[in-house]
Amino acid sequence: MKLSALQQSYLGRRSSSFRGSSPLDSSENPIKSPATIFWLVFHCLCCLVSLVLGFRFSRLVFFLLFSTSNTIYTATPFRPDTNVVADKTTLPVLNLNPGFETSVNRTGLGTSSVVVGRHGILIRPWPHPNPDEVMKAHQIIERVQREQKFQYGIKNPRTLIAITPTYVRTFQTLHFIGLMHSLMNVPYEVIWIVVEAGGTTNETSSLLAKSGLSNMHIGFNEKMPTLWEDRHKMEAKMRIHGLRVVKENKLDGIVMFVDDSNVHSMEFFDEIQKVKEIGVVSVGILSHSGNSDGEQVSVVQNRGEESKSSLPIQGPACNSSDQLVGWHTFDSLPYVVNSARYIGDKGIVLPMKMEWAGFVLTSRLLWEEPENITDWVKHLQKAVDNGQETFSPLSLLKDPAVVEPLGSCGRKVMLWWLRVEARADSRFPARWIIDPPLEVTVPAKRTPWPDALPELHSPEKVATIQENTEKRATKTRTPRSKRSSRSKRKREARGNVDARNSASRVTEK
Amino acid sequence: MRNWRWGLAALLFSAIFLRIHAVEHHRTQHTERISGSAGDVLDDDPVGRLKVFVYELPSKYNKKILQKDPRCLSHMFAAEIYMHRFLLSSPVRTLNPEEADWFYTPVYTTCDLTPNGLPLPFKSPRMMRSAIQLISSNWPYWNRTEGADHFFITPHDFGACFHYQEEKAIERGILTLLQRATLVQTFGQKNHVCLKEGSITVPPYAPPQKMQSHLIPPKTPRSIFVYFRGLFYDVGNDPEGGYYARGARAAVWENFKDNPLFDISTEHPTTYYEDMQRAIFCLCPLGWAPWSPRLVEAVIFGCIPVIIADDIVLPFADAIPWEEIGVYVPEKDVPNLDTLLTSIPSEVILKKQRLLANPSMKQAMLFPQPAQPGDAFHQILNGLARKLPHDRSIFLKPGEKILNWTAGPVGDLKPW
Repeated sequence: MKLSALQQSYLGRRSSSFRGSSPLDSSENPIKSPATIFWLVFHCLCCLVSLVLGFRFSRLVFFLLFSTSNTIYTATPFRPDTNVVADKTTLPVLNLNPGFETSVNRTGLGTSSVVVGRHGILIRPWPHPNPDEVMKAHQIIERVQREQKFQYGIKNPRTLIAITPTYVRTFQTLHFIGLMHSLMNVPYEVIWIVVEAGGTTNETSSLLAKSGLSNMHIGFNEKMPTLWEDRHKMEAKMRIHGLRVVKENKLDGIVMFVDDSNVHSMEFFDEIQKVKEIGVVSVGILSHSGNSDGEQVSVVQNRGEESKSSLPIQGPACNSSDQLVGWHTFDSLPYVVNSARYIGDKGIVLPMKMEWAGFVLTSRLLWEEPENITDWVKHLQKAVDNGQETFSPLSLLKDPAVVEPLGSCGRKVMLWWLRVEARADSRFPARWIIDPPLEVTVPAKRTPWPDALPELHSPEKVATIQENTEKRATKTRTPRSKRSSRSKRKREARGNVDARNSASRVTEK
Repeated sequence: MRNWRWGLAALLFSAIFLRIHAVEHHRTQHTERISGSAGDVLDDDPVGRLKVFVYELPSKYNKKILQKDPRCLSHMFAAEIYMHRFLLSSPVRTLNPEEADWFYTPVYTTCDLTPNGLPLPFKSPRMMRSAIQLISSNWPYWNRTEGADHFFITPHDFGACFHYQEEKAIERGILTLLQRATLVQTFGQKNHVCLKEGSITVPPYAPPQKMQSHLIPPKTPRSIFVYFRGLFYDVGNDPEGGYYARGARAAVWENFKDNPLFDISTEHPTTYYEDMQRAIFCLCPLGWAPWSPRLVEAVIFGCIPVIIADDIVLPFADAIPWEEIGVYVPEKDVPNLDTLLTSIPSEVILKKQRLLANPSMKQAMLFPQPAQPGDAFHQILNGLARKLPHDRSIFLKPGEKILNWTAGPVGDLKPW
């Protein structure tokens, strides 16, 4: 026991510890035989040697004297009086500290195969992980986790239907791949409906092909507008179009609105399995720029309290008995001054009052037979069919009170809304493939590492390396060819750069 | 007629099919019933099966010692104190010694603590001797059986051998006066001097509230394969290694220190309990003594204990089938620990986890205050009840003496 060890250390300070007794000196033999005197002297000598060397060399000595590698070594105790079976190890093991056994083991109750005293430390010849075993261990871990999920996770999970409005732009690949990996990690079945503004393109198809998810790639024949306000409206139209697709194909599952630039946590997908008809979760709005302070969150129905959070959150507001009483929406007043107007504008992008991303609904509501559904579902179906200008998800519903608040009544934020787009004038190679590969590399005006050799990839530069090394030796300012002076300019970046620049500029002419 | 036969056959077939279905359903439940060699006894209620008389000793044997050092209530030997408190208010207690089956002597022998909090056993034999002298002179019940129907709680490292160092403990042997009594102790090793035949092995005390407060949701996936936190070398007392833990802990370190499946180190993280709940296997190797509170922690947190201690006797070994719950690894096989653990089929691992999830299993390892049904206190009483009725031969004839009151080291004979 660890504590017993500490006891012994305490005892060691008080009285002679067991370590003081030499190995062959047993407690019932107080007579100082020549052997004991010899051992005492030997012990003192060893102590002096260790003092000089600075470490205990006894282990090393035993290792060198007694052990030979690749031989079968027995770990039997060194006592003749008990009939202990020799403990032959079947593998060749290397023992540090071979059996220098010391003990008195009067069992009296039958032979014990466990011996008190010093044992060798068994180390196998190659004490490193075996890749096959690592694989097996990972399979065990995976099986255990599957069982855990089965026991404590969702029983009878439903398919998730993800509706994503997208269009081709610089950051599409960035956002889309993030969303794609999130959906690929979802442990349930996913059907991904991608509605693309401007018709289907190869860009998006090639990305979708990599995902391996079952998807429906739908083109929407209008181009995405450049103003953010219009883009929000267009996305709403695209989502309604997606809902219509769900209805036509009678897909069964839970419909969720995942936007390509949003961030979803895996708990979000677990939580929405609990929805019965329509549910809502809290969405964190990451629309800050770096220097804004904590904002207020405005509440539609006055609950008498305002929560100060540095992250604005849209979602359900509940009373103490976990019933939906109102909505936390996004108050854009503090931000209006800095807000971005068109896509790619500097400034923060503001969400609408209520974002679609937080809402989930059961797909059955969309195509259930009119006979056995309630009023508000009929209204929902009509709204989807008409494709009217519905920009807020709440306008699909006649009565917002039917919405179920999820995520412990909106207290848990499991997804974050974000809109980040590249500059309006940015351009990118189609499908982010550079074809044909670049051949000419133009060196930068100044490297960050003035001492290092320039990272030269093109053949022209090889010649200049030699020139540079020569130049280093001579350190002259003689104007040379255009190329070398350019590299000289790059290399001698500290001090007198301007002077040299001017010199080289002269030569460049 | 033939239709009738077909109908019967169909009925039989469907009955069998449904039964099989029922059995399968049972197998996929979370927990499984635990029954050891003594049968399905974890849930037994000892009330009504035995009566225990608690001797009234002067407070210098119990209360005063506790007052001197209240740390005794929270260290791992606290079982002796809590058992006393439990028995005082338990329905098995009887105030009439004539009808008692068992006699309990409340003497706290493991409460003489160093400044570090470790109990010193040097005065314990004398304390025990003095207590026995008291009860044998004030009540006739000790002398009529010389202690064969008495039980004592000796939770120290090597039980009633009263020493923390194994060699010295073996030399001393069990205190002569306790040779006929039943000992309730944490130490258990087969064929060892300090484990008497008929002793009841109990788990060490682990604070139940502290462990309950660190529970994490059970759906947190178990992602650590093997987990261990503790010493591998005891540099203070055994710098060269090979003595501490019989070299087993050092072997674990040397063989697996670079193995990513083994999360082993000597750190003291604050998330120790939470980490155990995220691990599949928890190593419970021996230290200076073979038992360890790690076993209790592993059972509470659902981590399969890997027991590396040859010949160890685990708590309540007759009520709990430890071979089905934990994994025994002989000390000589420690270098192949990774092969051993990865070759366990996953069905077996899942079954072990189901057994560990059984709440009566977890309850049996704890000493909660106040006592709850199925906890370690009740298991001790169950164990005592299983030893009843006493054999008639334990009652001595008048004038007969078996124990030698003057045996043992000279230092023990001094009065306390």
